[in-house]
Amino acid sequence: MKVLITEYLRINLDSEKWECRRCGHVHGDARDNYKRGLLVYDRDPREIHKPLLDTKLYSRTYSPDPTWCRILEYYCSSCGTMVEVEYLPPGHPPLYDIELDLDALKLQWKDRKEVVDAVVGPDLAAEKVRHGRALHAQAHGHDHDHGHHGHKH
Amino acid sequence: MHDKISAEDQALLDKFLADNKMFLGPDPEIMRNHGVAPRSEAEEAVLSKGFDAHRAHHIRGLVNAALSESFQMVNQMGAAPGAKWGDLVTAIYTANGNLAMIAPHGIITFAACAFYPIRFIIKNWMDDPTVGVKDGDGFIHNDARYGGVHNTDQSMMMPLYYKGELICWLSSTIHEGENGACEPGGLPAAAESKYDEGIKMSPFKVVENFQLKRDLVTFLQNSVRDPKLQLEDMKVKLHAVMRLRERIVAILDQFGREALIGTMRMHLEDTEVEVRRRISELPDGTTRVLQFMDSSLRENIMQKISVAITVKGDRMIMDFRGTAPQFLNRSVNTNLASFKAALATGLLQNIWPDLPHTMAVLSPIEVITDRNSIIDAEGEMPQAMSLMPLFKACVAWTIPMAKFNYSLPKKYSAIIASQYDQAATFIYGGLTQHGDVTGNFCGDINGMGQGARSHADGEHSVSPVFGFMADSGEHEINEEDTPIIRLGAQRLAKDRIGFGKYRGGMGYEQIATARGSGLWGFMTGCEGSKFPSAQGLFGGYSCPSYQLMKIKGINIFEELKKNPNVVEVFDIIKLMNERPIPGGKYSSNDMGMTFELCSDGEIYMICQGSGGGYGDVLERDPALVMKDVREDLLSPDLAREIYQVVFDDKSLVVDEEATAKLRADVRRQRLARGKPFDQFCKEWVTPEPPAHLPYLGSWDNNAEIYASSMGQRVKMPADQMQGVFMPNPKDVAIMQLEGEVEKLKAQLAECQSSK
Repeated sequence: MKVLITEYLRINLDSEKWECRRCGHVHGDARDNYKRGLLVYDRDPREIHKPLLDTKLYSRTYSPDPTWCRILEYYCSSCGTMVEVEYLPPGHPPLYDIELDLDALKLQWKDRKEVVDAVVGPDLAAEKVRHGRALHAQAHGHDHDHGHHGHKH
Repeated sequence: MHDKISAEDQALLDKFLADNKMFLGPDPEIMRNHGVAPRSEAEEAVLSKGFDAHRAHHIRGLVNAALSESFQMVNQMGAAPGAKWGDLVTAIYTANGNLAMIAPHGIITFAACAFYPIRFIIKNWMDDPTVGVKDGDGFIHNDARYGGVHNTDQSMMMPLYYKGELICWLSSTIHEGENGACEPGGLPAAAESKYDEGIKMSPFKVVENFQLKRDLVTFLQNSVRDPKLQLEDMKVKLHAVMRLRERIVAILDQFGREALIGTMRMHLEDTEVEVRRRISELPDGTTRVLQFMDSSLRENIMQKISVAITVKGDRMIMDFRGTAPQFLNRSVNTNLASFKAALATGLLQNIWPDLPHTMAVLSPIEVITDRNSIIDAEGEMPQAMSLMPLFKACVAWTIPMAKFNYSLPKKYSAIIASQYDQAATFIYGGLTQHGDVTGNFCGDINGMGQGARSHADGEHSVSPVFGFMADSGEHEINEEDTPIIRLGAQRLAKDRIGFGKYRGGMGYEQIATARGSGLWGFMTGCEGSKFPSAQGLFGGYSCPSYQLMKIKGINIFEELKKNPNVVEVFDIIKLMNERPIPGGKYSSNDMGMTFELCSDGEIYMICQGSGGGYGDVLERDPALVMKDVREDLLSPDLAREIYQVVFDDKSLVVDEEATAKLRADVRRQRLARGKPFDQFCKEWVTPEPPAHLPYLGSWDNNAEIYASSMGQRVKMPADQMQGVFMPNPKDVAIMQLEGEVEKLKAQLAECQSSK
């Protein structure tokens, strides 16, 4: 039985290992931090959030300040998939972000059917916004129903 | 000395102390408890007999319709700009002050705070012979220390008596804006103490016999820059609450008191049961996230919010220990009750949007904080810009809950990265073209980009982080009322994207100036100019940093008169890089700016931000990359450099094979440059924050807090946290300049002596 934990990570309950969902590589002990099985790279944030303003004219250019912020990129050591990124001030200890109780997890999945492809939940937040907008538009005299736009007269 | 006193003496002593309390300040017994109070006798009497769930459902529908109607009334009639965009709510509370139901639209947080002042009224004014609570009374309140998001929101709260019995409380809250603070618009980042925050209404009676007391209204009008607004909206809120009262009385007439009492209580209890059931479906364990705020809105200073969510069976504990200490003289603190209200909002907004809007969604969840931290600030601390930590509370759930939720066979909503979480809008104040004094903020706050989802890109400029329903306002109306002229608006901010397999929804540019006022100014209150704010998920990148751009020393209207083609297009990046307006002083600044005067035709430019990205950029479908290029949301260069897509410049046709090869190469490069985690940590982790970084919060141990106070780094135990005092940024600048002058003088002297 394998339990999907993130887009790129799963836990094999039988072997008690973290695995890569792309290539099946075993990252390590599921009772430990999965990051210990990954490769890490300290990325200058200006390489991703590139300066959009002329750096000769301005010091603030939409890029993060590399002396305040670094991007840690975590890669699967087998297939090179980027499993996680972490924005941290320079030198800050990486976070132990997923610490699950494996015994409880086994018990929880004892009677559940294995999920191979992650279930996509309903898009409720976006639906609620659309509903709210429609109500608001109606209240303010805009008819947005059925694609007809314009003021009510 | 007697160690023990009799019960009679103790009672006498307690009564004496209660009767002689010098100041009825915010009451920790009320303010630190976000739980639903136990059943009252009346509730127990109704529910113990058994209460039909179908009947509750019927009554709930009627109450919801009544709440919706009163919401619409305020939305239609409210004078505050915020009211027009939906920055308001109406709600109903049980007789003992539990928040039972919130209007199905509007700002959840407002009502999630308003049960605190109602509990205050019940505890202190109900039996006080000089105040009392009776039918037809209405109470006003705005000080967040007694419950509330921030002091710019004002609530009207009314008890509902039916046949002589207090059955429930009703409320209406609006983000009013102006409140007489040291800066106009109600959100003074310049407030250095609570006494700079403008009027601070503890809950008091301002309505008797369903009528506003004009003497008190006048006092309030006299305390703010916009007296007309103050009067109009007090009337609007009162009459909306009175309409709500009529509807609830009609329900009571038709179904009886037991039906309403039973429905409200059942609604709360059922919601709590459902929340616990959902928690128990999650895996046991702890997931964590760190949030970094890079500004106090007066200077850049890093503040950490540490979040650990632990699930054990049906218990959920949110642990914020290790978070930055409070500021003694900056306004970006919040009290714990406001923070919890924002947590409730975030839970409903991002995790379980289908749950009823009531306080019972948060009441089963335990919250642990360090006292005197920035999210649990003590009452004397300024907190006028509490929005900063509160917006972080709204999104605190998204990353750690995605790590709990992803495995579930049944999900209640989509897995989603963090929404952009900054108040990216212009706050303004001054004299209007009609000669009125005003201060408020623009509806652009409501256009924050949605985080990317596990199955789709985020929606652009979707909503505020604190509410589902909100319009971004009509610029034409704003231009009629104020001297603000929009030179550019609602143009999506190209290339400013949270990249990922799915990208975050983007924000839009806002380019504003003023015209026809003798005295006008703007302020902005955002973090994220050095350290990005909206976090990506599962390998997705965060949004970029955002800046405030200015073109000062020009009058764009004069320039356009001279040459109508002086600006080809009002696009921030083009304006800043090409500098087409002659004589302009172009600058790029932090997004936190205290109130600053804007002469006619000077230009201020900011952006709403992008939500965080989802997943590895190398997995983004090249067709989606090219769609963004075609829609002019993404530059071809970034399509190549970030997403590693090979395509023809002219036709934009993708070379699939070359793209696959390139991406495989990039994966190999990752393997070559990445270091094993343990080895990396040995080289990367430092024992404390870097010396150059002004830093507040824990580093490697949540029990130890680092702080920079008056420019000096200190370390203190988290359970004995002290506030941080910041020097005046102008004094700091003067000191730096004096240092430079001394250095130059020394160089000059050296030159002269060597001649």
